[in-house]
Amino acid sequence: MADVAMHHPAAQAFEPPLFRTNSKKLGMWLFIMSDSLTFGALLFAYSYGRISNPAWPMPFGAQSILRASIMTFFLLSSSLTMVLAVRSATHGRMPGAVRWLLATMALGTGFVVLHAVEWTGLIHEGLTPFKNPWAAGVPQFGGTFFTLTGMHMLHVSMGVIYLGVVALRKKWIPILLVLWLLAWLLTPASSPFHYGAHVLLLGAIVASVILYFKPKQYDAVDVEVSGLYWHFVDLVWMFIFPLVYLMSTRIT
Amino acid sequence: MPDGMQTVNHEGVIVHEHKIGQFIGVWGGLLGLTAIEVYLGYQNMQPLKMLFILLGLSIVKAALIILYFMHMKFEVRRMRYVLMTALIVCLCLMTVFFADAARIISLGVRQ
Repeated sequence: MADVAMHHPAAQAFEPPLFRTNSKKLGMWLFIMSDSLTFGALLFAYSYGRISNPAWPMPFGAQSILRASIMTFFLLSSSLTMVLAVRSATHGRMPGAVRWLLATMALGTGFVVLHAVEWTGLIHEGLTPFKNPWAAGVPQFGGTFFTLTGMHMLHVSMGVIYLGVVALRKKWIPILLVLWLLAWLLTPASSPFHYGAHVLLLGAIVASVILYFKPKQYDAVDVEVSGLYWHFVDLVWMFIFPLVYLMSTRIT
Repeated sequence: MPDGMQTVNHEGVIVHEHKIGQFIGVWGGLLGLTAIEVYLGYQNMQPLKMLFILLGLSIVKAALIILYFMHMKFEVRRMRYVLMTALIVCLCLMTVFFADAARIISLGVRQ
């Protein structure tokens, strides 16, 4: 937007953008604000349910809390590697930025894998969106838990795909397709991740459309904009971890 | 361009340089606050009291992420005020449901 105004033939004098920032960055901030309201509504609903039900289930034992703490460590560390990627890109060191982006993607993937293990354990214990084995009088626990954490897991997965597009461009498509096949074929048909893996296929299709129909060299601003999205998914987890896991810790 | 400096590029956009030590310090602070939260998770507290404490710590963590990792601290003042005020007002508007929710807790639901 600012670029268009700058190069418009009618422009007689230089006029800096209102917020002294790139329009792509401002666009991502507006998206983040709208997404904050989505997560805000889900977190408000979950917290109200937790507080208003004295019989709320406490399914998260020491192993779950340890796993969720490691997941938190992964996400916080991925935010650090992300800012280092932005810093490298700002200094014009794109190979370094790509390496930091790959580290961020690895930590994000680790988070999703651990979260999938957590979900699988809870499902094996009998948790579904409509009932739970710990408190029959609180059927909404499963629904609110899966909606909130599933929505976040989807955001992290989309974030990894997004960073892959910025870091690897067209080389990312075959890798993504192999990951999709592995995730689809190696998970049992009874697992929600058997069909959930198709998110990767959808991501590969969308990424292909972007990379083949509008190819470009991603620069420091693109890395910074992708970083804003990544930090946002980290920020949301900073609320989900205490409100969902720590508020329902099983103390033995 | 040395660390900690800011310049204006040819498009009038402010470009910042950041120190690595600052980011590592924020990362360490976030890990420390997480450790405190996990410790509190094992204290047998009233749910409402625990909610407020954990929510307070989460807001501090969110502020650190927005200010340093998302670079909001280094944006111009009008951008900070416009974006953050709009977000906080919208999130606060969601609390209007709590008045009705409190009524349900105290009065119950008509069968």
